[in-house]
Amino acid sequence: MAQPLVKKDDDRDDEEYSPFLGIEKGAVLQEARVFNDPQLDPRRCSQATLVVDIDGVACVQVITKLLYLLNQGETFTKIEATEVFFAVTKLFQSKDIGLRRMVYLMIKELSPSADEVIIVTSSLMKDMNSKTDMYRANAIRVLCRITDGTLLTQIERYLKQAIVDKNPVVASAALVSGIHLLQTNPEIVKRWSNEVQEAVQSRAALVQFHALALLHQIRQNDRLAVSKLVTSLTRGTVRSPLAQCLLIRYASQCSEGIPIQVIHESGNTQPGDRPFYDYLESCLRHKAEMVIFEAARAITELSGVTSRELTPAITVLQLFLSSSKPVLRFAAVRTLNKVAMTHPMAVTNCNIDMESLISDQNRSIATLAITTLLKTGNESSVDRLMKQITNFMSDIADEFKIVVVEAIRSLCLKFPLKYRSLMNFLSNILREEGGFEYKKAIVDSIVILIRDIPDAKESGLFHLCEFIEDCEFTYLSTQILHFLGNEGPKTSDPSKYIRYIYNRVILENATVRASAVSTLAKFGAMVDSLKPRIFVLLRRCLFDSDDEVRDRATLYLNMLGGDGIVSETGKDVKEFLFGSLDVPLGNLESSLKNYEPSEEPFDINHVPKEVKAQPLAEKKAPGKKPTGLGAAPTGPTSTVDAYEKLLSSIPEFAGFGKLFKSSAPVDLTEAETEYAVNVVKHIYDGHVVFQYNCTNTIPEQLLENVSVVVDTSEAEEFSELVSKALRSLPYDSPGQTFVAFEKPEGVAFGKFSNVLRFIVKEVDTSTGEAEEDGVEDEYQLEDLDVVAADYMLKVGVSNFKNAWESMGDDCERVDEYGLGVRESLAEAVNAVIIILGMQPCEGTEVVPSNSRSHTCLLSGVFIGNVKVLVRLSFGIDGPKQVAMKLAVRSEDPAVSDTIHEIVASG
Amino acid sequence: MASFAAYQNNCPFVKNVLLLDSEGKRVAVKYYSDEWPTLSTKLAFEKSVFSKTQKTNARNEAEITMFDNNIIIYKFIQDLHFFVTGGDDENELILAAVLQGFFDAVSLLLRGNVEKQEALENLDLILLCLDEIVDGGMVLETEASVVAGKVASHNADSGAALSEQTISQALATAREHLTRSLLK
Repeated sequence: MAQPLVKKDDDRDDEEYSPFLGIEKGAVLQEARVFNDPQLDPRRCSQATLVVDIDGVACVQVITKLLYLLNQGETFTKIEATEVFFAVTKLFQSKDIGLRRMVYLMIKELSPSADEVIIVTSSLMKDMNSKTDMYRANAIRVLCRITDGTLLTQIERYLKQAIVDKNPVVASAALVSGIHLLQTNPEIVKRWSNEVQEAVQSRAALVQFHALALLHQIRQNDRLAVSKLVTSLTRGTVRSPLAQCLLIRYASQCSEGIPIQVIHESGNTQPGDRPFYDYLESCLRHKAEMVIFEAARAITELSGVTSRELTPAITVLQLFLSSSKPVLRFAAVRTLNKVAMTHPMAVTNCNIDMESLISDQNRSIATLAITTLLKTGNESSVDRLMKQITNFMSDIADEFKIVVVEAIRSLCLKFPLKYRSLMNFLSNILREEGGFEYKKAIVDSIVILIRDIPDAKESGLFHLCEFIEDCEFTYLSTQILHFLGNEGPKTSDPSKYIRYIYNRVILENATVRASAVSTLAKFGAMVDSLKPRIFVLLRRCLFDSDDEVRDRATLYLNMLGGDGIVSETGKDVKEFLFGSLDVPLGNLESSLKNYEPSEEPFDINHVPKEVKAQPLAEKKAPGKKPTGLGAAPTGPTSTVDAYEKLLSSIPEFAGFGKLFKSSAPVDLTEAETEYAVNVVKHIYDGHVVFQYNCTNTIPEQLLENVSVVVDTSEAEEFSELVSKALRSLPYDSPGQTFVAFEKPEGVAFGKFSNVLRFIVKEVDTSTGEAEEDGVEDEYQLEDLDVVAADYMLKVGVSNFKNAWESMGDDCERVDEYGLGVRESLAEAVNAVIIILGMQPCEGTEVVPSNSRSHTCLLSGVFIGNVKVLVRLSFGIDGPKQVAMKLAVRSEDPAVSDTIHEIVASG
Repeated sequence: MASFAAYQNNCPFVKNVLLLDSEGKRVAVKYYSDEWPTLSTKLAFEKSVFSKTQKTNARNEAEITMFDNNIIIYKFIQDLHFFVTGGDDENELILAAVLQGFFDAVSLLLRGNVEKQEALENLDLILLCLDEIVDGGMVLETEASVVAGKVASHNADSGAALSEQTISQALATAREHLTRSLLK
């Protein structure tokens, strides 16, 4: 490996001289033989018959060459390594300290095998008991590195001694070796805890650090012991900043162990209530920056940290922001950036310092500063920020740009009114140079903005069209064309997009051309006035050089009736063009594989529709909003669509009408139980369907006839209609069982208790076969509530004020409520949002810390497709009494009243 | 060198220390993490570290960057580039202390004459220096004078590099060189 490098050296001018110029492995290995037989070359390693006198300098040079080769990535074969190892061991005869040190290094690098280790053990053990501290320390490190468990018991005694050695270098060597050995031989190292305990009290700074690290690792599973250790040390003196940093980590871990409720129950959270908070806070005044920062970071990461606890930490971090050291600025801005995600208001004080960092020489710091500002900024500062970012974007790397783009996207969702300037920014950077990931991030952002901010649709689509005019990425072009096909026809003037799409057919590669043809067809199907013109364009595609393009054009022309053939009904066409494949791909694949060529054609209707593998719920889990293009075409309702498809495929539920809402899955079992069950509530106008997603986690069992028995004694308005059992539930392959209820039109609440009932059969895990006979069994599940939020769809509005005013005050209902004593305003606001299940608008769900009043804006769609807007005004007085004024506007006075009833009863 | 993950959440952990030349080639490197298992992954990492930091000015103060969930602290002098890498949840200042310790110790050992050729000629000292600063990812010592003292004492008897001066003299002149170069 070193060879090519060396070759290059040769080519360059001779001025640069390297001591390793032209070095070759073979030659160096040859040189290493002199260790073996010093007589061969008396010039290098001379030897009188018995008195060994090795030329240290020359041998050091040879070892350095070997190490140089290894360092350059050269590898030794097994034989070569063994040869070098044996040669090197001969050098233990020399008394030269420098040479000995290199021998140690070489042995560590060679990592000899067990039978080789025995050769050097005695030499190393001799050194471990040497009078020279350097020998002792290094021999310990080498021996512990290469040793195995059996040898360790032999040297254990010496190691224990070394831990309390009065020379700090020896003690540290033993302790650090202990830390490494704990991974492989924990039972031995754990016996040393008395000695380690003693070393923790050492006067030498680093010994204390290493001892503390080892002691904590020995005891880390014993919470009480760790807590005691931390308590005693936080009161005592810890000399080294490194040890202090460790102690801060352990202290904050200890305080994490105590559930927050306990802290809260003890009254209002005062900073002092949290164990070790005072200690962490005192470390903010330590003289070492390392410790100050560690403490500040620990405080910001405390779970459920209050703004009062945060303040002192934020203050020191703010000071660091204007430090002359880049590392300090980086550390501070990175921590503040994280804080901004959870406590944006706490960081706003730093905004001025943060803005000056935008022009920081170090682009990592500048990027972090920008994204922090984007998170904490308010509506009025957006334009100014965008101006600063525009200058900055051109000189940072793509990966930073992606971070900025993502921050801008979330900012835009927070302040939809600012979409114009943000969208312009995105389209500008879309036109500039950039790699695929970066472009994809921008396109994804624009797509999400189009989806969530209706006003932004036309300009967003236009920017995307401009982009595909000159887009080098096939993937992005096809995705945009697909999206355009779904969204374009619904705009006020669909015809203006046709030019862009047809340009693709003329200019691009086959993949893009094919998807452009599909997009054209979608326009033709949706917009009757465009149909004749689309036919003309599609007919031209019939002569394309690519099969796929021609096939698609022919197919669409036939479907749309362009060839004068009587076309199918419009509905079928749309179904075909816009609908997704209604069978799971996995099922289709296995059916196709099983299909044997015969007279009978393959019928897609025979493919089972039941989703076998992952239940839908789990796919939905990672993030509620599907991000990016992949999910964009179907929009935010994709999971609902999938549920709808699943439900409508079950004949019993077909007559329930349109699915209004499907809840997020609610777990009915603890994690790690025998059977994992979660439930999705599907709400219809006059019905409710519970979809129980069950997983059997016992390999030795097969469940059959799985159903859930629901007790509705606390849900009188509901009456059970159908229960659809699951025929079989094998190990680790989730399945669903359903129970449907009839309920009065509109809202009805209730509590349901559930019992899982099934027949269990033993399975022989070696053969996978189940026994014939099963036993009937039951399994108690947790209760399930149908609440108000189940009847509310989270639907945001881009401009709350306009929406509020256009709704008018005909159906407005205003009332005031006392919410009693609350922990904080933020908690009260959150509670009400959860009860109503509505979408907070314009970022009003975030309550500034320490504010005494707050207004929160919510929007949603209530069952029966009634738009609802809510304006909540909160106030808090001294003893944490919260009062709320609730103003509701909706399209139906009855719904406005219902909202009030929900809040009153909640 | 596996299973470090077990204790690196608690303890400051150094993933690697690199000393490269002005073209990004190795002078001396040491990896403590198994994140880069093969030579090619190591070289790829070094290449990207070098190219990402090359244009920055890290000659006065240590600079910092972050990519692939790693924090890299670096400092350049003459034709030598020093790097220390740690995980993204590491305290940046601890890593900076390691870098500073390495950097200053090398300056002391090379008696202020810190450049590639000098470093290669004294590669044994550089390797010993690395060995004294970090052991298997654990920080062993960050005080430059202590590290240099340990390394130099090994060579005292060999009388090679520092023969014409005593250690303390050597350290003193080196420190002088260092302060002078800092004041420049």
